[in-house]
This record gives sequence, C-alpha cells and structure tokens, in this order.
Amino acid sequence: MPANLSARLYSLLLSLFLIAFALPAFAGPFEDAVAKFANDDYSDTEEAIGVVASSGNPLAFPIISALQDGRLMADPDSKKVYVTGADGKSIDAATGQPVASVPDSASAVRLNNRLRRSVDAAVGGLTLMSPDVTTRIQAAQSVFKSHEESALDAVNTALAKETNKTAKAALGDARAAIILFKPDATEVEKLEAVATIKAHGDQEALAMLTGMGDQPASVTKAAASAIASIQSSLALWSTVQNAWYGLSLGSVLLLAAIGLAITFGVMGVINMAHGEMVMIGAYTTFVVQEVIRTRYPGLFDYSLLIAAPLAFLVAGALGVVIERSIIRFLYGRPLETLLATWGLSLVLQQAVRTMFGPTNREVGNPSWMSGAFELGQITITYNRLWILVFTLAVFAILLAMLRYTALGLEMRAVTQNRRMAASMGIATSRVDALTFGLGSGIAGIAGVALSQIDNVSPNLGQSYIIDSFMVVVFGGVGNLWGTLVGAFTLGIANKFLEPVAGAVLGKIAILVLIILFIQKRPRGLFALKGRAVEA
Amino acid sequence: MTPHMLTRSLDRGATIFLAVVAACGILIPLSNLLLPAGSFLQVPTYLVALWGKYVCYAILALSIDLIWGYCGILSLGHGAFFALGGYAMGMYLMRQIGSRGVYGNPILPDFMVFLNYSKLPWYWYGFDMFWFAALMVLIVPGLLAFCFGWLAFRSRVTGVYLSIITQAMTYALLLAFFRNDFGFGGNNGLTDFKDILGFNVQAEGTRAALFALSCLALIASFLICRAVVSSKLGKVLIAIRDAESRSRFLGYRVESYKLFVFTLSACMAGVAGALYVPQVGIINPSEFAPGNSIEAVIWVAVGGRGTLVGAALGAVVVNYAKTSFTSGMLAPYWLFMLGALFILVTLLLPKGIVGTFNAWWDQSKEKRTAETAASAAAEDGVTEPKMAE
Repeated sequence: MPANLSARLYSLLLSLFLIAFALPAFAGPFEDAVAKFANDDYSDTEEAIGVVASSGNPLAFPIISALQDGRLMADPDSKKVYVTGADGKSIDAATGQPVASVPDSASAVRLNNRLRRSVDAAVGGLTLMSPDVTTRIQAAQSVFKSHEESALDAVNTALAKETNKTAKAALGDARAAIILFKPDATEVEKLEAVATIKAHGDQEALAMLTGMGDQPASVTKAAASAIASIQSSLALWSTVQNAWYGLSLGSVLLLAAIGLAITFGVMGVINMAHGEMVMIGAYTTFVVQEVIRTRYPGLFDYSLLIAAPLAFLVAGALGVVIERSIIRFLYGRPLETLLATWGLSLVLQQAVRTMFGPTNREVGNPSWMSGAFELGQITITYNRLWILVFTLAVFAILLAMLRYTALGLEMRAVTQNRRMAASMGIATSRVDALTFGLGSGIAGIAGVALSQIDNVSPNLGQSYIIDSFMVVVFGGVGNLWGTLVGAFTLGIANKFLEPVAGAVLGKIAILVLIILFIQKRPRGLFALKGRAVEA
Repeated sequence: MTPHMLTRSLDRGATIFLAVVAACGILIPLSNLLLPAGSFLQVPTYLVALWGKYVCYAILALSIDLIWGYCGILSLGHGAFFALGGYAMGMYLMRQIGSRGVYGNPILPDFMVFLNYSKLPWYWYGFDMFWFAALMVLIVPGLLAFCFGWLAFRSRVTGVYLSIITQAMTYALLLAFFRNDFGFGGNNGLTDFKDILGFNVQAEGTRAALFALSCLALIASFLICRAVVSSKLGKVLIAIRDAESRSRFLGYRVESYKLFVFTLSACMAGVAGALYVPQVGIINPSEFAPGNSIEAVIWVAVGGRGTLVGAALGAVVVNYAKTSFTSGMLAPYWLFMLGALFILVTLLLPKGIVGTFNAWWDQSKEKRTAETAASAAAEDGVTEPKMAE
C-alpha cells in the first residue's frame, strides 16, 4: 500500500510540474464539472467525477486523488475548488494556478460509500494511462480486484494504447473481470472473460469465479470447469512451493549436519558442542560486519565472502584445540565424550553471552541476498536460494576433498579401519585433530549462512543440534551422501507435513517417525558394513 | 525380598547412607514443626521445600544410575519420565482446586475455561481421585518407557544412538506440551495448587510431611535398586553393560533384561516427579527440556556411576552448588561452573566422588592388611623374603 501511495504522490507532483508549464486556459465542460464539486450534493459530485475522470485533462488525476484523500476543498460561496497538496501548497482545481491560501469558508468535499467506490475506480482508470509501466500494471491489477463497472471505458482505452506485454495482459484480465460482473454483458463476452480469468489462474481468479453470482447456464458451466482447472493448477503450485520450502529447510539442515557427519562418522565422536561452532561462525559474521560498518562501509556487500573463510578458521582452530585438550582423552568412551562436549557447549554459550550480551545481534543481508523473485505462482527469496547454492557448493567441495586430497584419503582410511591405517603409517592422532577441526570449521561456515536467516543469539546452536543429530542418525553414519539424502528428506517431509498438521505437530511427527525408523534400520539409511559397525 | 537378601545387599556405605537419609527424614520435619521459629536449630520452611526438591532429584539420579551405571543405557530423556510423573500429580492437584479457581468452575481447571474448553478432555477423567493419580504416576512413565524400550532394545539400538533418540523423545514431548490444545496448560503448565488429600499444600505441616515422604521414597528406591543390582538379575545387567554381545551369545535375552530395568527406572523417575510437583508448586513443559535430562546425568557422573549412593549424593551436591551459585552475585558464572564440571568430571574423575573414594579405601585397606600381616609375620620371627616364597 505505501508503495502505491508514494507512486500516486509522485505522479501528483509530476502533474503539478507539468501544469506549471502547460496551462489549459479555456473555460469549458471540465471547468463546469469542477465547479459542481462545490455544490455539496452527492449526485452532482458523482457527475463531476465522471466528467473529470474522462476529460483527459492533466488536472484530472490530482483532483480525483485529492478527492479520495479528502484534500479537495470546495468553497460553496465562490464555487471555487482547490486541491491542497500534502506539502501544504494549494492550487485552483479548475485552472491549476497556485493559490496563496484556501479561504476559510472552504471545506473538504464529502463522499459516501457509493461515491468512494466510483472515486476508486476513477483513480484506477486514470493511473491506467500513467507513463510509468509499473503504475499501469498496478492500476490494472487493482481494477481486476475491484472489477468496478465504471472503469470499463478507461480499461478499453488503455488497452487500445498499451504496448507493454505484461501491462496488456494485466489490462486484459481487468477487462475480463469487469465483464464477468457486468449484468448486461453478452454470454459470448462472458465466456471469453471466463477463459481469460482461467488463464490468470491464481487465488484471486478462483475467488472471482466462485463468487460471481447468478450467470447464464453456459457461463456457470464454463466457470465450474475453470474453477476445477485453476484448483488443480494451484494444488500443483502449492506442491512446488512446499517442495521449494522443503529444499530450503533441507539445505539448512544439511549445512548444520554436515560437519557433525564428519566428526561422528570418521571419529565416532558425539560432539554436542557442534551447534556452538555454528553459533561462533554466526558471531564471526557479526564481528566482520561490525568492522566493515565502522571502517569500510563500501565493502558491506562482500562481508559474507570475507566472513566465510574467517569463520572456517576461527571455528576450525577452536575445534583443533578442543580435540587436543579434551576429546583425545576420551576416545573409545562415546558416552563420556557426549557429556564432556555438552559441558563445553554450556561454557561456549555462556562465554559468548558474556562477551556479546544475551540478546539477538543484528546481521545484515548484503544487497545481492535481499529481495525475491516470482516463479509462476511462488515467490523465491534470494537468501534462501543462495543458501541452497552455498550448501551444495560446500558439500561438493567436501566430497572432492575427501576423494582427491591426501588428508581425505587418510581420513577415509582411518574411518574404515583405524588400526590398519595406523599400521600403514598414518598418524591417526593428527588425522583426528584435523578431522575435528574440519568438521568444526564447516559448522562455522554454516553459521555464516544461518546468520542470514536466523537470529544470531547465544542459543542459535541449541536450536539446530537435535535436528542435526536426527539428520545424521537418519542418513547413516560415515556417509556424506546419507547426510545429504537425510537432510533433504527430513526437510521436505517436514514442509509437506506442516500444512496438514501444523508446524509443531509436524515436527513432532517427524521426530516420532525417526524414532520408529531407527527401530527398523538402527544404523540409518546408508549404513556402514563390516567391522566398523561394532566399533 | 527376604531379610537375608536385604542384609546381604547392604555394605557399610549403604548403611551409612540409609541412616543419614532416615535421620534427615525424621529430624528436619520435626525441627521445622516443633522448635520455635528463628531458633538456632529450627529449619525454616523454605529450606524444607528446597531440600525436599533435592531429595526428589536424588531419586531421579538413582533411577538413572540403575540403567546407566549397571546396564550401560545412557538415557538423555529421563527428565521426560520425571515430568510425566509430575504432570500426573499436577493433574490431581488441579482437580482438587475445584471451584476455588479464578473462574470458579467446579470441573474445569482455570486454563481450560480460559481456552474455551466446553468439557473436560477424556484423559483428565479420574484424576480427581488420589489413588488413580498415584497409579498413573507409575503407569504413564512406565508404559512410555516400556513401548519405547520394547521398540529400541528389540532392534538393538544401543550406545549413542539410544542416547540421541531418547533425547529426541523428550524434545518431542517438550514441543507437544508447549501446545495449548494439548490440554495440559501449554506454556504455563499446571500451577496454583491448593490441596493435597485435603491438606493445604502451602502449610508447614504438609511440607514437612512431603519432605518425610520424599525421604521415605528415596530409601525405598535405594533398597529396590540395591535388591535389583545385588540379585542374579543384577549380575546379568552388569554382564550386559560390559559385553552385550557376549551375554547374548551365552543365552541371555538381553532385550528383556534391559526392558525390565528401563521400565523400572522410568517408574522411579515418575515417582520422583510426582513428589517434586507439590513441593515446588508448579509443573511446566520446560521440565521436558533435553538440557534438564543431561544435567541429571551429570549428577550421577559427579557422584559416581554404578554406586547408587554416589548418584544420590551427586544430585544433592550439584544442586546445592547450583542453588548457592545462582542466587548470589556469581550467577552469570554458574553455566561456566556446570560446563567445567561436565568436562572435568569426565576427564579427571571418571569414577565420580564415591567411586574414587571407594577405590582409595579399598587400596588403603589392602595396604593395611598387608602391613598387619607383615608385622604379625615379623613378630612370629619369620622374615619377609620367606613370606614371598
């Protein structure tokens, strides 16, 4: 609505500007009509609206929109009418000349509900001719929604002149909507209108077709089939929408779980402080953005690109320190590791709370991550899309690393058979430290991405830890593909359950399903085979 | 449980523990009720309630030690059983309010009137009777544990997998109980209790009685645990803890043993929750938070897993520390303390306080016996080298 309003104000100012140079200085039907506003009579006002709106006079829009906003002042004594601007300056409505002040005897022209409707339609009709394409499309859409009969002529005129394809389509839809509700339209016209609205095919078209009231039998029949077709296409789009939301949630889950899959899979270490590594990554982003804001504001759009490697280094280094100082004393005692890392997560949370305060910290979106675009009937936001791309990139890099680098080879060897790997001369303890660092570093990178869509607070990690474990357990330990499939399956299942069961019940259902799934396949979707199972 | 079995199962530590709990259970309520207020030896009422809370935690810790210390099942969702027991008791207490609530509805609790319930949900039936609620305190957690355990143990979900899905279980319950339409008061939980069995919950006498009852329940739980672990069944449990596959190959039905002890432990946790609620005066969904369950595990680790006495001791020590830390100016540092406790205990004190003490005691006893033997031998005129031969 504010956008609409500012567009109106803008065109108002534009017309005022034009008026200052090209004045229509002849007295005629327009001036007579304007004078009728001063009669304070509803039927006179209605007549005046009709004449002014169809006059083609550049003052028509300022007058009608002023009437709509209650800024059209009329002096019953002198029959003069004034348009007062939002800035306090006024013009004479009939001539467009600026006036010093509006006389005290003038009062705002009154409207009733019926008049208000025709004013709205007139404004719609006037903006249909606006030089700005966006305004024209918006106007056409608002006519489509109101399907006010009085706007039909304006729509027809605009349609004849329109060259822009999108605007033309919008005008065609608006015209069809008007005809559908016009009592005296012919059956053929109405059938055509139904076909156009069917092609429009969104929720509004559906509402229009269901609520169109008494119609000839053939039209009702056509409408019924149109409704069925729109409904099935809407159902398809809502499936696509759910799938997209599911992919988006799945990418977030994957990002949070992927580091865990490495530490859990390779080392058998349950790292309950994993969520805190994510949180530290998010806070690294916050610090980077703060520095950029105060020192180098021009770099803001690159803040995430700078933060990602930094977060990897900070969280990764912390991971190595944790492995060397705590985890390595607890190998072979997974339950104790779980408790110690839980304690660690409490310490890290409290440390961040002490340093940055307990409240949410603001992390901004760079310009290339804000906004959204429409794809058919669904809206896709750029930040979600980038996170999906980013997640897949991280996954691919990690996979390549495991496959083609020396460290990756050593990590796989240790995963498959630790003692054999040690016998072959691999420094398993060094591999352990680096693996833990890698897992933590990836959690840090996940924090950079999550800072864009979630609140950056000391509790950030906690909200992901259970979900991440579910992903890893569901997908199977020691297999990155399992984690990928697990994350996207859970994400999509969650989003498809949500509309049916509600957000919380959907989540509970997922948890229960995982618990049941674990009974069936205790080692996850992609289980490791062989001796590693008993380790 | 024959008297013979009882005496056999009690070593010196257990006897001391039982004596101390019994003494507390008798002396603290008496001192609170009989001595004049403000006198040096009088225990103030707020302390009675506070220590009553610790005793309930000790029962919860015992139930965790029974499965973790003796059967190797690390449940990170035991807080759920505790909370379910608490909710069962809370429902009884809610029904006892009757028409004294803010809205004065004789049947519906206040929150239901507020949420426009037209009638009592079916699962609230029967909770106006104490015996029914008491039964539910045992049955609801027990049944959940039975179903959960039956599914989990039969398909051989063990170790960290089990820990993680127990955590998921309590998390799912947390989410469910937070919902208003779940019928348990949503976010606010159950509170504003008035009476229990016709006695005012706030009254000093009731609080003292509840404290004594909690001590009694702790003693009973301890004796039950003791009886279980020192029986033949207990030996099998320990065998499962140490070598699950081997026990299975020897012909024991591992899942049945585990299921029995898991269900028993859940019932004990439920009782602890039921005693906890009237003393604290509120039960809300935050009791289901996974963090609470993990904290309870650390009590056991601090006291010493597999010692029973240690579990109870750990619960009291850690919670006493928590109360003294969080109420003073050190409050912001409590989480540092708790976190460090988790790390240090697992790294440096894997046997816990009691376990370490026992090890030291046994060692020094051995040394003493060796010394007495040596000195006795010297008096007999036999030289040590000959002993060695």
